[in-house]
Amino acid sequence: MGFKKLITSKKILSLFAAFMLLGTNLLMAQSTGTAATADASASKDDMWIGVAYYALLLLLVCVVVAIIGKILKVYDLTLQLQGKKGMNWNNIIGIICIIFLIVGLYGAYWSLTVQGSMILPESASEHGVKIDFMFWTTTIITLIVFFLTQVLLFGFAFKYRGSDKRKGYYYPHNNTIEKIWTVIPAIVLTILVVFGFFTWRTVTNTQQVKGDINIDITGHQFAWELRYPGKDGKLGAVNYSLYYTASNQLGVDFKDRNSFDDLRVDTMVLPVNRSIRLNIHAQDVIHSVYMPHFRVQMNAVPGLPTYFKFTPTITTTEMRNKLDDPKFEYLVLCNKICGGGHYNMQKVVRVVTETEYQAWLSKQKPYLTDQLRKELKFADAGQQKSGAQNRLVLNN
Amino acid sequence: MSTLAVHDHGVVHNDHEHHHTETFISKYVFSQDHKMIAKQFLITGITMAVIAMLLSILFRIQLAYPDKTFPLMETLLGRFAPGGRLDPEFYLSLVTIHGTIMVFFVLTAGLSGTFSNLLIPLQVGARDMASPFINMLSYWFFFAASVIMISSFFVQKGPAGAGWTIYPPLSALPKAMKGSEMGMTLWLISMVCFIASSLMGGINYVSTVLNMRTKGMDLWKMPLSVWAFFLTAILGVLSFPVLVAGVVLLIFDRSFGTSFYLSDIVLNGKIMPFEGGSPILFQHLFWFLGHPEVYIVIMPAMGISSEVIAVNSRKPIFGYHAMVYSLIGITTLSFIVWGHHMFVTGMNPFLGGVFMITTLIIAVPSAVKTFNWIATMWRGNIRFTPAMLFAIGLVSFFISGGLTGIFLGNAALDINLHDTYFVVAHFHLVMGSAAIFGMLAGVYHWFPKLFGKLMDEKLGYLHFWITFICAYLVFFPMHFMGLDGVPRRYYAMTEFPAFNRWLSVNTFITWAAITAAVAQIAFLYNFIHSIFFGKKSPQNPWNSTTLEWTAPIEHIHGNWPGEIPTVYRWPYDYSKPGHETDFIPQTTPFSETMSSNLPHDFEDNPAGLEQYNAWAKTQRSSEEVK
Repeated sequence: MGFKKLITSKKILSLFAAFMLLGTNLLMAQSTGTAATADASASKDDMWIGVAYYALLLLLVCVVVAIIGKILKVYDLTLQLQGKKGMNWNNIIGIICIIFLIVGLYGAYWSLTVQGSMILPESASEHGVKIDFMFWTTTIITLIVFFLTQVLLFGFAFKYRGSDKRKGYYYPHNNTIEKIWTVIPAIVLTILVVFGFFTWRTVTNTQQVKGDINIDITGHQFAWELRYPGKDGKLGAVNYSLYYTASNQLGVDFKDRNSFDDLRVDTMVLPVNRSIRLNIHAQDVIHSVYMPHFRVQMNAVPGLPTYFKFTPTITTTEMRNKLDDPKFEYLVLCNKICGGGHYNMQKVVRVVTETEYQAWLSKQKPYLTDQLRKELKFADAGQQKSGAQNRLVLNN
Repeated sequence: MSTLAVHDHGVVHNDHEHHHTETFISKYVFSQDHKMIAKQFLITGITMAVIAMLLSILFRIQLAYPDKTFPLMETLLGRFAPGGRLDPEFYLSLVTIHGTIMVFFVLTAGLSGTFSNLLIPLQVGARDMASPFINMLSYWFFFAASVIMISSFFVQKGPAGAGWTIYPPLSALPKAMKGSEMGMTLWLISMVCFIASSLMGGINYVSTVLNMRTKGMDLWKMPLSVWAFFLTAILGVLSFPVLVAGVVLLIFDRSFGTSFYLSDIVLNGKIMPFEGGSPILFQHLFWFLGHPEVYIVIMPAMGISSEVIAVNSRKPIFGYHAMVYSLIGITTLSFIVWGHHMFVTGMNPFLGGVFMITTLIIAVPSAVKTFNWIATMWRGNIRFTPAMLFAIGLVSFFISGGLTGIFLGNAALDINLHDTYFVVAHFHLVMGSAAIFGMLAGVYHWFPKLFGKLMDEKLGYLHFWITFICAYLVFFPMHFMGLDGVPRRYYAMTEFPAFNRWLSVNTFITWAAITAAVAQIAFLYNFIHSIFFGKKSPQNPWNSTTLEWTAPIEHIHGNWPGEIPTVYRWPYDYSKPGHETDFIPQTTPFSETMSSNLPHDFEDNPAGLEQYNAWAKTQRSSEEVK
């Protein structure tokens, strides 16, 4: 039996070697082929050769697994023929469990330290510090529970692996223990809940205060538009139904005097340590304003203006120094699936000092461009008509 | 506790059996037998799972190699992968259909459909479901839903693409993306069929458990698996109708010009005539089902693994009552936590605070369940069948994924974690992998009951270890991507220089996913091969106490020949001291096991207790004589 096994494994080995040689040859032929000719049919042939290679590789893996399986079976049967006990799978699996536990714990540790160091830097906003504190508290608690329970789970799996000599311990319940492990998680969670609830309220339960910088951010497929207030510090009203040309893309209502000095800007420039109120709008589908470095996220919902108030505390330059990355930029991302261009809907955010901010602000162009002025005059006269046309278009 | 058992029904069936010839169609296709329907659900579920898994491999390849072209993709997918690279909108369709199929078709229908159908009648001692005909309809509606869902790959613009949560306006405006055209319509039709199927199944499960238990099977003698299926069915029956409402209103918005979810929209430079609707309304309706849904997914898996862990640790489940009460607690609480999916949607922040409190409370029953599973294994005599390994895997995943739920359930932390890879990692571990592992545990454990054959254990081990390790390799690193603020559902990370450093991690994850996918061949081969050529199973291969193993191996109409067995004891008398074998079936009366009885066994049975005391007295006196 053992002899036969040897032959089969040798045969397979030589097959494997031949296959590898042939396979690599084919693959090499493929790469030279594509390099030499741009012929479509040739590359298609190469593609199928590549597919065949992987298919055969898969088949080979299956054959190897089958052979290992047979070898194990033969070994088991020979053990039994010799009057010994067969392979004790309870022991084998128990040992694999404990190996998995040790390797897994090391893996988790590695991942936590190596990949864990790649996460976001410290919060660049005032409220974010509270969130980060909350996060690290929760992390420590959950990691303790994680390591403890996984060790117990796989430790017990190893320690109490089955044997014919033992019987399980009949232990259907113990009310004291059960009460303890109901009450302890309840207490820990209550602490986290209370803590979290107050953090959440301080972050979200904000009021408009004089001196807040109001900024309008509007999402559409697939970009963000920004509007800053002018000298009056007030943003003019918007109404989606006033959208009729690309020059009044945000549908700003110029019956509202506050809108006359509004500014259209390209980059979200924020003065450090000033309270910012983002007024969030969406024109077509739901988007989400996500500024991970500031721990800011709020959905942009068509028909339901939302807002988020925060205070940036670290300027872009300071953050660049901290991260030792001269190219670093804060970003606004879109974080709610919004269509094909969802993955690239970004806007640069730059946090600067107050003086830099004022200098920048004075250079921005007004929203009400000459072009728009012209169009508006035209529209006043022909609004009725264009409205009717719009309706016609919709009916069609 | 009184027991209401409908016996007449069974008797009628029994007589019926003799003059009933079955054709191929009535036996294998339009079968009304719960065991056959269970098999139909299982095989359809596995087929859908394989499809959804292949979809995930496709988009994983895109994430690992965002700049490479694969001519094969163009050959296979045609216009969906022009030039051998996935189309960004088709990428979203893949993500959407992967999620939909996995959540609904595999882990709801495939899991509950299979095991509730198979085990409820067999474990409570009933001849069949309360209404076999509705049970059959349930399967065929599910089948129709599956066909419609898959057919959306063959329409011009491709399948639905707004994410499995199909938030309007994206899903409501056909011009917003390709995936919101015909594919979305098919998605909605498919879901309506699916919900009809789910409701018919659920009503059947509830009524069977309540009305058709055999003599002696009071509620507190039911195995935890039946408890889990029962509560899952209640959850489904109460929450799925709300999704129908949501879906129907969405159909109205899409096709009939209503504005339930739409307001103030300018799309591609065109002012839309919708006014007065609210996109948030849909989210409330969706998550009112959506959150109970994740418990619909995980609870049957929990029930199955409770059963498997007890049987294979050769120990009673620790804290049976606590296990049932925590299931009931989860069921009740799951109705009032849906808002935690909506912390940053613009919902009133105070409401967010309330939902956060209810959400973190639900962690308590979940913790109790975990501790009880671990306590069950303590000082057990653990037999590592593949089913047992998958059950242990479930517990491990449930811990790892459940703990991150404490972050996400906390509204303050959710601000930065919402919709990032952290969420992807969380739910793939806690309900994805855990529930799939519960389902696989069930398949390995009850395969002998389903097909009368045994599966190969060695291949099962191989399947388990590769899948288990790879699942961790896939999802563990994702936590850190999420903590770095990488959003989910991004077609490529290359547009953001800051995310480029995650590319190598993404490649690693993809290869781990491919390895896991290849490992499923071991399962599929084992499954199919064992159905036809597997070793024949003994009647009770796992030395289990529950009722289903007293039924003959050959499936017969009505489950048991002659009378249905009577139940005398709870289902977890494993390794009871004083008894010669390490299990006592539920059908063994206490009078036959005098040496192992405990006073505790007669808590609500004073006559029995008296007998027991008398017996104990004679025992003692006879010992004194010696």
